[in-house]
Amino acid sequence: MTERPIYLDNNSTTFPAPEAVEAVLPLFGEIYGNPSSTHGFGQKARHEIELARENVAKLLNCKPAEIVFNSGATEGNNTAIYAALDGMPERKHIITSRTEHASVLEVVRYLEQSGYRVTELNVDRLGHIDLDELKNEISGDTALVSLMWANNETGVINPVNAAGDIAKQFGALFHVDAVQAAGKLKIDLTEEAAIDYLTISGHKFHGLKGAGALFVREKAPFLPLIRGGHHENGRRAGTENAMGIVAMGAAAGLLNREMARHIEHMKLMRDRLQSGLLAKCEDLIINGDQQDRLPNTLNAGFKFIDGEALLMMLDAANIAVSAGSACRSGSLEPSHVLKAMNVPLSAIHGSVRFCVSRYTESEEIDAAIEQISGIVKRLREMSPFGHAEQHSNGLSAEQLEKHKAYFATA
Amino acid sequence: MLTYSQKIKDHFINPRNVGVLTDATVLGEVGSMASGQALKLYLKLDESEVIRDARFQVFGSPSAIAASSALTEMLKGKHIDDAARITADDISQFLGGLPPEKMHTCVMSMEALEVAYARYRGIDLETELDENGDLFVCRCYGIPEHKIERAIRDHNLTTIEQIAHYTKAGGGCNTCHPDLNAIIARVRAEMPSEAPKPAAPRPTGDMTNLDKMRAIQEVLDREVRPGLAMDGGDMELVDVQGNKVYVQLHGHCNSCASSSATMKFFVEDRLREMVDPEIVVIDTTEHSDQLHAPPMR
Repeated sequence: MTERPIYLDNNSTTFPAPEAVEAVLPLFGEIYGNPSSTHGFGQKARHEIELARENVAKLLNCKPAEIVFNSGATEGNNTAIYAALDGMPERKHIITSRTEHASVLEVVRYLEQSGYRVTELNVDRLGHIDLDELKNEISGDTALVSLMWANNETGVINPVNAAGDIAKQFGALFHVDAVQAAGKLKIDLTEEAAIDYLTISGHKFHGLKGAGALFVREKAPFLPLIRGGHHENGRRAGTENAMGIVAMGAAAGLLNREMARHIEHMKLMRDRLQSGLLAKCEDLIINGDQQDRLPNTLNAGFKFIDGEALLMMLDAANIAVSAGSACRSGSLEPSHVLKAMNVPLSAIHGSVRFCVSRYTESEEIDAAIEQISGIVKRLREMSPFGHAEQHSNGLSAEQLEKHKAYFATA
Repeated sequence: MLTYSQKIKDHFINPRNVGVLTDATVLGEVGSMASGQALKLYLKLDESEVIRDARFQVFGSPSAIAASSALTEMLKGKHIDDAARITADDISQFLGGLPPEKMHTCVMSMEALEVAYARYRGIDLETELDENGDLFVCRCYGIPEHKIERAIRDHNLTTIEQIAHYTKAGGGCNTCHPDLNAIIARVRAEMPSEAPKPAAPRPTGDMTNLDKMRAIQEVLDREVRPGLAMDGGDMELVDVQGNKVYVQLHGHCNSCASSSATMKFFVEDRLREMVDPEIVVIDTTEHSDQLHAPPMR
């Protein structure tokens, strides 16, 4: 057990930056006005929110007017999809990928029931979409292409620039879920001109939970998801979550000054963890492309052990990690992302996600490596599958291959 | 993540009796990599058939580890015949109750105990289980039909969700859900506590085996084979033994493993309606890409 808890689940949420918390404190005191009020109290709050908007716009290199504050990425993704489809009423086709977040996949699958045709692009063994498949599937009937910039489970980065160009050739709108990308790679919406909508969430980059932003390009069609007021220029009704927005603005401000250094640090920590685990644990595979990958994410598949068992033993040892979406709501289903990538059965059950942040220290990484390798060893000793025995679990090697192939198409 | 009781956490973090028993009297093995869990249960008995030591090796979730640990604790000091009566529910109760989603781990522990007991008593469990030539109904987790049937009977299950909780079957890609519904309907119709089964449309009690075979052939010729022929396939009646109808698929059907389970239920339905409500159809085709149930050891 480590003395201090070690947090390696930074794609779930992050430590609120002290600077962000400090920026919010006045809102618990004198700056409590409603930002929509015309009096001084309200205007003070409005000023804070507009400062935050400038910081967030700078982070994305877009115009402040193109930022719509909302409750977070789930709302952002929902809003973008409905807005795009509303703007293209004559088109009935949506393209997305099999590894998207539920806040995209569940929405388009719902829309499929009401008459939309949905194409979920496949990914290869490394988690990449195939741009040729996108070219083959897209048509003049395609209203929207929605892709994540980087995957939350594997960190694999999509070629959004090239995908956006293809979308534009066919006149389709292009939405990018950049929740995991923000703060971990450069986002430049002036350069990435094909992106019409882009979603981010404050608590993923050291802000507070409950506040996010949707970039809506000037002149892109828009339809508010929530009505009932003129807030956010009529694009999102409801009194602004001033504290969440101000914290997100401050966190974005930090990134605007120091992101390059943060990225370098995260990469150093992640690579230290990866090489340490590879040195200490046998039968370990890295899931996803190791080049086109977020600097902070490591998805490791420990063969012949169960991810939830590893996760809970690490929790008991004061180390927080995540087993992808495997145990979400007690589902028995292995991660849909790893399944789509055809990760071998022997490793899919034991796949765990480690995500560092700019606050992660090398001592923490070293302590985690010790703990993880010890627990993996213990679980393997407990396991009835010896290393030489990997195919003897009732399935022949040939059957296992077939099963894997089935799994990939399931 | 699910929430577990303190007792489950304790048995998971500090599992009792982990390891190999080199001088074990008997060993029970179940599970597979495909199903995401597997268990080896080692038992050592003294001359009066009392379990003196029990150890285990397990691959699986925290509750699989806890259930295995709990079972070994429950077994020690028990006569093997008393031990054999331990059920999945007993194991769950010992741990203060598992979340329903995790009941399959207790079922796995109970099955390992059953295999060990059958092996010790020389009961040929495998023949009994393999008799139906079971395919995986759920191919995500490699769950054969007999395990699903049994869970429905033992735990009085009525929904696919419950089946997933107790066996994992149906908890994956969902493509087997129609098959699972058919199994639920069939097994529940056979269960004694249920309302009386609908009367058979044709009295069959006096049928000789030959008569029955003719009747079955007639149904196949009229109801089944024409449809198959349209897809370039055919079905041959191989044998009839009591209520067991052995068939073989030919042509295109032969190469299509996924069709076989669906086919079986369709044919079974027709035969039950037209010939005998007790009929079980057994497909003896060697499908070229078929996955058989893993051997138990």
